[in-house]
Amino acid sequence: MASSLIGSRVERKEDKKFLTGKGRYTADINLANQTYAYFVRSPHARATISKVDISKASNAPGVVKILTGDDLAKDKIGGLIAGWKIVSQDGTDMKCPPHPPLANKAVNFVGDHVAIVIAETLDQAKDAAEKVRVNYKVLKAVVNTGDALNSKAIYDGIDKNLSFDFLLGDKGKTDEAFSKADKIVKLDLVNNRLIPNAMEPRAAIGDYNSSSEELTLYTASQNPHLSRLILSAFNAVHPEHKFRIVAPDVGGGFGSKINAYAEDAVVAWASKKIERPVKWVAERSESFLSDNHGRDHVTHVELALKNDGKITAIRVDTIANLGAYALVLGTVTPTYLYAPLLVGPYDIPTACCNVKAVYTNTAPTDAYRGAGRPEATYVVERIVTEAAKEIGMDQAEFRKKNFINKFPHQQCLVHNIDSGDYHAHLDKALELSDYKNFENRRSQSSAKGKLRGIGFSTYLEACGVAPSAVVMSIGAGVGLWESAEVRFNATGNISVFTGTHSHGQSHDTTFAQIVGDRLGVPIENIDIVHGDTDKGPFGMGTYGSRSLAVGGTAIVKACDKIIEKGRKVAAKMLEAKPEDVDFKDGEFIVKNSNKKKTIGEVAFACYLPGTFGDIKSPLPEGVEPGLMETSFFDPSNFSFPAGSHICEVEVDQDTGETKVVKYTVVDDFGTVINPLIVEGQVHGGVAQGIGQALYENAHYDESGQLITASYMDYTMPRADNFPEIKLGFTSTPATSNPLGAKGCGEAGTIAAPAAVMNAVIDAIDTDISMPATSEKVCNALQKNKKNKEAA
Amino acid sequence: MKGFNFHSVKNVKEAKKLASGKSAFLAGGMTTIPAMKLRLASYSDIIDIKNIKDLSGIKVSSKSLKIGATTKHAEVAASKEVKKAISSLAHLADGIGDPQVRNRGTIGGSIANNDPAADYPAACLALNAIIHTSDRKIVSDKFFKGMFETALKKGELIQAVEFQVPDKSCYVKFPNPASRYAIVGVYVAKYKKEVNVAVTGVESAVFRCKKIESALKSNFSSSAIDGVKISSSGFNSDIHASSDYRAHLIKVLAKKAVAGCK
Ligand SMILES: Cc1cc2nc3c(=O)[nH]c(=O)nc-3n(C[C@H](O)[C@H](O)[C@H](O)COP(=O)(O)OP(=O)(O)OC[C@H]3O[C@@H](n4cnc5c(N)ncnc54)[C@H](O)[C@@H]3O)c2cc1C
Repeated sequence: MASSLIGSRVERKEDKKFLTGKGRYTADINLANQTYAYFVRSPHARATISKVDISKASNAPGVVKILTGDDLAKDKIGGLIAGWKIVSQDGTDMKCPPHPPLANKAVNFVGDHVAIVIAETLDQAKDAAEKVRVNYKVLKAVVNTGDALNSKAIYDGIDKNLSFDFLLGDKGKTDEAFSKADKIVKLDLVNNRLIPNAMEPRAAIGDYNSSSEELTLYTASQNPHLSRLILSAFNAVHPEHKFRIVAPDVGGGFGSKINAYAEDAVVAWASKKIERPVKWVAERSESFLSDNHGRDHVTHVELALKNDGKITAIRVDTIANLGAYALVLGTVTPTYLYAPLLVGPYDIPTACCNVKAVYTNTAPTDAYRGAGRPEATYVVERIVTEAAKEIGMDQAEFRKKNFINKFPHQQCLVHNIDSGDYHAHLDKALELSDYKNFENRRSQSSAKGKLRGIGFSTYLEACGVAPSAVVMSIGAGVGLWESAEVRFNATGNISVFTGTHSHGQSHDTTFAQIVGDRLGVPIENIDIVHGDTDKGPFGMGTYGSRSLAVGGTAIVKACDKIIEKGRKVAAKMLEAKPEDVDFKDGEFIVKNSNKKKTIGEVAFACYLPGTFGDIKSPLPEGVEPGLMETSFFDPSNFSFPAGSHICEVEVDQDTGETKVVKYTVVDDFGTVINPLIVEGQVHGGVAQGIGQALYENAHYDESGQLITASYMDYTMPRADNFPEIKLGFTSTPATSNPLGAKGCGEAGTIAAPAAVMNAVIDAIDTDISMPATSEKVCNALQKNKKNKEAA
Repeated sequence: MKGFNFHSVKNVKEAKKLASGKSAFLAGGMTTIPAMKLRLASYSDIIDIKNIKDLSGIKVSSKSLKIGATTKHAEVAASKEVKKAISSLAHLADGIGDPQVRNRGTIGGSIANNDPAADYPAACLALNAIIHTSDRKIVSDKFFKGMFETALKKGELIQAVEFQVPDKSCYVKFPNPASRYAIVGVYVAKYKKEVNVAVTGVESAVFRCKKIESALKSNFSSSAIDGVKISSSGFNSDIHASSDYRAHLIKVLAKKAVAGCK
């Protein structure tokens, strides 16, 4: 039965190709007469450039062309953009430095792009790149987030390295609540910098056709249409109607493939100049240096409480590190994606958050899985845990006392939460995690010489981005609606075009389930098409857990239009009135009769609108032939997934080594289309969150060199770092979209760091920062021991 | 990667003849090939020694265990003979890198490379190994010279490593969470007349920790190590572990190794 498709564990349609090595990524594409590009990158964190001398390199074997920032400027190729304008509390606009795709006067982080060397082979390009002489004057770099405001300005006109000074909430009311508090709890927190590390490194191929004057860019992107818009409108690489972007199979994005990067703009432009395809594939070292990094906050948080444990206010001050430049979502991530979530799932009467965003000589930061919400959840769930401890309340009880209980709920900051039941997921998590027997497990660990700790994280996040009117009123450079086109083919199968992009999210399966359910067609007969601006209508791409809630809804709406048209056609075929024709499980049936036509027959009729032999299907008057519908959906609100994570860790007292030994998650994602896929998203998300808490850290030294520039030093978590993750679901459907879906792509990453760190701190009884490396934990334990001995 | 001539040789003589100042032997390639790809190293000639038959294999006698230079880590880890004679050595091999690395990397390549955080060099020092080369026999104490530096002369080929079977032994490694090389690795081997404690990951090259050795000589038990003072001066210090933490770990791991000796 078709309707059983929603909620069923359909195996992923895309697995066959991916698991048998048949994925076709940008690097797999090779074009006739192709050239190979290698980028000359800055080895310095900060320097001015007096000269880029390409004379020797140009004569090296196999070199086709070397282009520099001067060439780019001559051709008036525009700079890379910040996509979201943030206004400071004094009413001034944020400040952004120039960001040319190839530097011409200065470089501002190690890995910044200086020149492109194009040759017949990659080795020739690399050999020649070694011969490009750049005259750098090295300047003192600003590296540290906390020090940036007090350091000499990197850019002329950007005083104190401050891009903007953002304020959200009611400061007066919040300060007043603090003055009346029975108790104030405070914490200083660091949200460590992360490197996204998608499995597929970025890649781009520019292919200019001088006959048709069409430019094609193959690129590993999460949002090909958006990239085309940016590269056309802002970088002036090529006019949009003659510009095609193809993002074929993409091996993971996590936000790091949202931006149209310098490399995208440069290979596209270069292929126009040499009239040959130009191919660039990042090496892993380049990914470490030049992919957008994520997070990097320094925060002070205070919570005001009544003696009975009721939270009365929260006050947060954050310095957010933008890195060297402001990127597409670089400025919204630490502001509107962060600050509104600082009240968590709690009914807090007043709140206030100040964010100072600073520039430093490090890789630019942008949205990274969760984007702003992991940062917010870390702040809220750490301070809430601390508060419960300080007033001596059970972690679960304290949370329940402060949870939002009635929906819809207008929060004091921004969001209007449409639906939820926070007690339900916490209760279920308490049960699944066997919370009541935790102290037994603690003693068992202790008998083995291990310290055991438990940590909670009850998150609320806002995703399904986003209502266009709302986001544009707060600075977004685009609307965040989504498109879909559902095309019935004459033979009865269906091609669905979505403006979202799947790079690990399994849209091929989930979206086919939705269409199969709606139209009663087997999912084998449904093809989901994405990632090519020449194929479907303009769409905004995939990030912010939006694809199902927004993109999936556009598909549903297009399906509904198909059904409405089909009903008219079927009525004519069945000699009934349209209002007397029902549609169910793929069949149009005349009420109270056995007269029916399948949707396949109706589709066939739409393509053969006449009478010929056995075919008798003239269309009703006024109905156009063909069966294809397009829909654009703009949601009325964000969607608000919520859930509970409960983590248990064990710490080796001698070495400080910390392991997650038990992990439980209960999520409320509203309607779940495919639990198998959703569980996979949660597993991956939790893994990334545990990675942030215990292992991952992008480390720059004082001069701005990235020390963690390979897997020898950047600790990517591995399978043996994780226990089995126990999952459960509760469901309160979203009211902002007809599917009731809330979005599941980022929740794991959002909640996990706080759960893990709360558990570590519970185990060792000392506050330490992420990542909780063995040495940090070991030092904390030894300090505790000394303090105890002294006392 | 820069271009080079590739030679696959069938015997040691041929290998030696082709060797020059600009050549490199290629065993598992797990160190050499990444270095070439990153353009940190380039050679005019690569001499592949994997097809030299008698360079691979495991031979045991009552007193010694001899492992051919091109024997892979996975082979040592899975070998019944090794497990029986020196089980700690099989355990060590099983903890090197990941399955891909263990299925290509070789013992000869590992000790020729002498990475300051590699595992096999600790085994060599603790287990009184003799390095058999194309030209001579070298005792381990004279083999590991400094960071990535050994007693091998240009063109000298390791043929086998011969370990002395101990009464009991144990290797405990605290891996770097990123690379999984040793932050600290401590190999304890007890013989009738001596106790050897080799430490890797801590200085520019593997070394024997004489202080712990003498403490254990009079009292072979974990508690004997409690009173030993390890100074961190001269120890490696990096983002993963300060020199003090390494000093702390030496004692912790040595105690675990003594307790785990079989
Ligand atoms: C991801 C990864 C993780 C790793 N983790 C660990 C780890 O945890 N612990 C550890 O100890 N090691 C680790 N290694 C290193 C691994 O053990 C290598 O296999 C080893 O260091 C080199 O062995 P190879 O056979 O690959 O040598 P190759 O790379 O082929 O050669 C290395 C060097 O030795 C020379 N050489 C090779 N064989 C001989 C010979 N018979 N005589 C003279 N010279 C010779 C070569 O010319 C070259 O200079 C890791 C490597 C990788 C890539």
